[in-house]
This record gives sequence, C-alpha cells and structure tokens, in this order.
Amino acid sequence: MVAIHGEDIPVAHDHDEKPAFFERWFYSTNHKDIGTLYLIFGMFSGLIGGFLSFMMRMELASPGIDIFTNEHTYLVFVTMHGLIMIFFMVMPALIGGFGNWFIPIMIGAPDMAFPRMNNLSFWLLPVALICLMVSFFVPGAAEGNGFGGAWVMYPPLSTTGSPGPAFDFIIIGLLAAGFSSIFGAINFITTILNMRAPGMTMHKMPLFAWSVLVTAFLLLLALPVLAAALFMLLTDRIEGGTAFFDPARGGDPQMFQHLFWFFGHPEVYIMILPAFGIVSHIISTFSKKPIFGYLGMAYAMVSIGVVGFVVWAHHMYTIGMDVNVKAYFVLATLVIAVPTGVKVFSWLATMWGGSIRFSVPMLWALGFIFLFVIGGVTGVVLANAGVDTYLHDTYYVVAHFHYVLSMGAVFGIFAGWYYWFGKMFGFHYSGFLARLHFWLFFVGVNVIFFPQHFLGLNAMPRRYIDYPEEFAMWNEISSYGAWITLASVAVFFIMLTEAFLKRNKRRVGNNYWGEGATTLEWTISSPPPYHQFSVLPRIDGGDEGHDH
Amino acid sequence: MTRNTTTQILLVGIAIGMLSLGFYSKTIYDTFCRITGFGGTPQIAMNEDNLSVVLDRTITVNFDSNVSPFLPWEFKPAQRSMEVQLGQTALASYTAKNTSDEAVTGVATFNVTPMKAALYFVKTECFCFTDQTLQPGEEMTMPVLFFVDPEMDASDRHKDVTEVVLSYTFFVAEDQPEATVATDKALP
Repeated sequence: MVAIHGEDIPVAHDHDEKPAFFERWFYSTNHKDIGTLYLIFGMFSGLIGGFLSFMMRMELASPGIDIFTNEHTYLVFVTMHGLIMIFFMVMPALIGGFGNWFIPIMIGAPDMAFPRMNNLSFWLLPVALICLMVSFFVPGAAEGNGFGGAWVMYPPLSTTGSPGPAFDFIIIGLLAAGFSSIFGAINFITTILNMRAPGMTMHKMPLFAWSVLVTAFLLLLALPVLAAALFMLLTDRIEGGTAFFDPARGGDPQMFQHLFWFFGHPEVYIMILPAFGIVSHIISTFSKKPIFGYLGMAYAMVSIGVVGFVVWAHHMYTIGMDVNVKAYFVLATLVIAVPTGVKVFSWLATMWGGSIRFSVPMLWALGFIFLFVIGGVTGVVLANAGVDTYLHDTYYVVAHFHYVLSMGAVFGIFAGWYYWFGKMFGFHYSGFLARLHFWLFFVGVNVIFFPQHFLGLNAMPRRYIDYPEEFAMWNEISSYGAWITLASVAVFFIMLTEAFLKRNKRRVGNNYWGEGATTLEWTISSPPPYHQFSVLPRIDGGDEGHDH
Repeated sequence: MTRNTTTQILLVGIAIGMLSLGFYSKTIYDTFCRITGFGGTPQIAMNEDNLSVVLDRTITVNFDSNVSPFLPWEFKPAQRSMEVQLGQTALASYTAKNTSDEAVTGVATFNVTPMKAALYFVKTECFCFTDQTLQPGEEMTMPVLFFVDPEMDASDRHKDVTEVVLSYTFFVAEDQPEATVATDKALP
C-alpha cells in the first residue's frame, strides 16, 4: 500500500531496558504491554463467557430441565454470557489488544497519545469484571441471585423486577467498562489524528488504523448514551427516585429501548469494524497484492459507522411503531448492506489474480468472510419489519448475530492473533496445532449455530430454559457443536503452551510473512523494541495511497 | 496547550454532549411527541375555538382499556365503539371499579392508534388528566370529551384513516390516599 524506506528506520537498541515485573505490568504505560494485558484479559473473560454458554448448551441439549436447578439461574447465565463476551472479551481483544499493540506502530508513532490514560482504561476493566462477577452471587430478583433480564436490561425487569443489589453491581461494572472504552476512544482518536509519522497522510494510513479510528468515534458517540441510560436506571431503581421509565409516573419504558439501541446498534459495528481492518491486512498479505479499492474500503467503514447510528429501531420492530417509521428503519438498515458489500467484494477482488497462500491467518480470514456473509445475509432477512415480526426473539436472531459475532468478530480476533503472534512475542506457533484449532473451531461453531436457523424459523423463542419435544433434534445437534468447540479451545491452549515451550527454537525475523506484508510493524524487529521509533520513520508513497 | 490536549478537550466535550443528550432525551422526546403527535400522543385542547366546522366524513372510534396487574381495579369502556363526524365533539365514558377493600388512587396513560391519527385527535376533557381515587368497592363513570380535528380531512397522509383506537392503561399512582381512609372504614 505504501512504500516505506525501511533502511531509514532506526531501531532503538540502546535504550531497550524494561522496568521490573510489577512496575512493568501494573504501572504500565507502554502501549505494547497494555495491549498484551488487554489480550490476556480478553482471553480470560472469553473462558468465563464460554463456560456460561457451554452450560446453556448442555441444558438445552435435551428437553426438560436437566442441569440448572432453577430457571432464574439459567437466565442469569444468558445475561452474563452476553455482557461478558461483548464488553470483556471482544472489545478488549480487538480494540484494547490489537488496537494498542499495532495502531501506534502502524502509523509510525512511538506510543499512544496519553499513556497514563491508557493504563487507566485497562485497569478499569478488571474492576468492572469483578463487579459483574459479584452480581452472580448477590440477591437479584425474588427467584434467586443474579440479574436475569438479559444484556438489553429493559425496564421494568431491570427496575421493579430486580430489586436486589445484583443489578446495581452490573450497572456499576458496565459504567466502569463504558468509561474505560470512552477513555480508550479519546486516546485512539488523538493518537491517529495527531501522531502519524511524517508523510503518513490519512489516505496512506493502513486500513486497520482506519477501522480503529471509526470504531473509536462510534465508542465516543454511543457509550455516553449507554452511560446516561444506566444512570437513569440507577436513579429509577431507588425507592421514591426518578421515573424515567415508569409509565405510572409519566415515564416511558420504550424510551429505554430507544436509548439502549441507540448505543446497542453502533456497538455491533464497534465489535466488527476492527475485525474488518485486520482481515483486510491478512487478505492483502497472503494474496501478495495491495488491498483492492483502498479508499473505497476506508470510506465504506466510515459510512457503515455513520449509517449505523440511524438504524437502531430495527431491534424493536415489535414495540408498536408507526408503519412509516418502520418503513424508514427497514430502508436505512438495508442500505448498510451496500458498504458492507463493497468490503466483501473488495476482499474477493484483492484475492483475484493474487498469489494466494493458505497460511493459518489466511484460513481465519477466509473463514471470517464466508461466515460473516452468511450472518450478513440473515441480517438482511431480519431487517424487513414484516419478517422480523415473526422472527423477533427467536433462535433465528440468535443464529444471525452469532454468525456475525461469534464467527465474525471472534474469527477476526483469531486471525489477528495468528497473524501478529510472531510479531508480538518473537516466536512462531506450530502450524499443525493452529490449523487443528481452526478446523475444529470452524466446524464446531457452524454445528452449534447453523441448526439454530431452523429452530428459529420453527418459532423456538430465545431465553427459555426448556422447549417442546419437536425442537429436540436440532438442539441436540447444536449441543454436539459445543463439544467440538470446547475441543478446539483445548487445542488453542495446547498450541499456546507448545509455542511458549519451544519459543527459543522458533525465533522469527522482522517480516516473517514476506513480500505481502507492507505495513510499518514488519519493518521493526519481532518482538518490537520496548520503545520503537525514537526517530520517526518517513513514509514515502504514491499519491492518494495507491501503488500503481 | 499542545495539539493533543486540544484534541482531547474537544473529544471530552463530544462525550459530555452525548451524555447530556442521553439525560435530556426524556424532555426532548416528550416535547417532540407533544408537538408532533408522534408515537400516538393525542393532542390536548383547552379551548374549543376551532370547532366551527363539522364535516360529513365520519370516523369510527374504538375504545380499549388496560389495567396494571398491581392495581386492583376493573376498568372497562362503557361503549365498544362510536361513530363521530370530523369536528363533532363527542362524549365517551369508561367505568372503573375498585375491587379491593382499601381506597386506591390510579393514574391513566393514553394512546391513539394508528399513531399518525394522534396528531388530529384532540381531547378537551379526560379523566386521564388527573389522578383518580376510588373508595373500597366504589364504581365510577369516567368521561372523555374529544373531537377529531376537521383539518385531518385536508391531509393526504390521513385519507385512509377510517377507524382509530383510543386506549387507556391505568397504573397505581405515586400518591396514595392517606391513613384517613382507614378511619373511614372503621366508622360504620
């Protein structure tokens, strides 16, 4: 994409002294260390969230209530699975993890704009997760501990329906996580706007940097609205408090849904846009071609971000909206398929005529495109208000958003992980174990979620612990998929252990992917020096960022 | 001030702006709905000046009632539906009965469907404007005085409106009758 004068880039060999362990990891202001912390944190939360979903799948393997002792606890698992996977797994891994690690390097900056605020962003997250975990074990509703009102937290289930402190802990936890993300977003935007190396114009900036820039703006505009809605819930919950969402006192529970989805819809793009960026780099690297339609790719992300703010009510077609309002939201939602299509076709066009290598990151990236398109197509189906009236809150919706998130975002995370693993840690993994992980995961998640389309079309509702006999077959198959996915997670950790044990035998050089990898991180050592670019690199590229 | 600080202050400003928009959304939403009749909020008229015209075009008004499960009341419309001319002031009524053995105050919210018709559905007097208290076992007739604004006839968007549903939901009011009720009960 850009020609870089690699030999001009000095590497600071002299001052590569790292602080002692505690200071390095707890007081860390180094973007790479914070990135690593985010990735470890995301992995840890992913295990918790994955455990919750595995228990749900085991419960649903056959009709009847088998594993859980009460229905409320099942709903608590559903709620916490959603919150933990979104706020504590996908977002920290994609934005906090890869964003922190590679945004400064890719744009040729020595570090983030505000390193101490970066530290604060990270350390708010463990605090938030602790609050969420505490909420499991304190009284929620009359039926038991924890909050079972799903991640959407609609009142009155989240106000008069859950009088206990469990939901207060969730509010505090989410506020902490939300402010962490807002600080992170301010940091990324400032870094990207102000700290690009000389010659790195916006239109020469790598696509991952574009994706994080758009994501950061979405975070900055959407999360304060969630914070406001959460504060309003908190004051509504106080005895004799406010009545924002209480119809008896002039409030409106639908307003919460509007506020929530005004945040919630941009949130789904927050989770997928960084994956778009990562996948673009990988497709380009392993096709040995610059990305097709660079500017179109960048502005497709910008337009997805902009349009993403005006489609929120397609999550609430069933609340009794005026038909004209529905017509608008249907149209606006369908429009998003256009920039998304631009991205998908540009990825295909990048591969077209390229010298394709099916290395591990490429497998994940191709898996991403394939499964994300399936999820996108069911999204177009659901965008239609008439169809959605029937499919609302069925397993079809569950299948749809797991195809775009559990396969889209998570495949993006693993693609980035296998792409940059050597760069981050300085050694390589076993290709066999990584491929085994990919294939088991690919088969596993498809076996879990594909049958859920059928369940949804047959009107099996979400968020119930039990179901009639007629849904038994596809649920059983879906639960086998959970076992395959569990096996793939085990292989992932075996792969990690094996790689760390053999780290000295598998050292990698600056650019271990070769010719196709053109961004700045491939010009410095693997792992990069503790402080990179003490003399800023100069970027010298074609006009408007194209290689001709 | 460095460039980064300037950017940071600007971005913090945006975040605070969005936070305030979130908090004021209730005010904004209420004002917007009252002005535009959006979301089925009927118009409220305090005078009947504009009632000079009565058109031949008629509309069927259907009446619907709902009660919160926490409110021990029976609440039903006295008539299922009513045909009114545009511009004609009509009187409908609901009956509410307190089925519990203590005095309870309720408050009603209201809504018109199709929502676009709400813009021209005007109430001049309604039990829903104030809290209503029912003594134990008391039954009360609650009137609604309304008209459909004849200007609706001029609107292309409302050519297809032949029926509207007027719906009420009663909730437990925040201010409940004081202990005086208990002494009332003890008297006989």
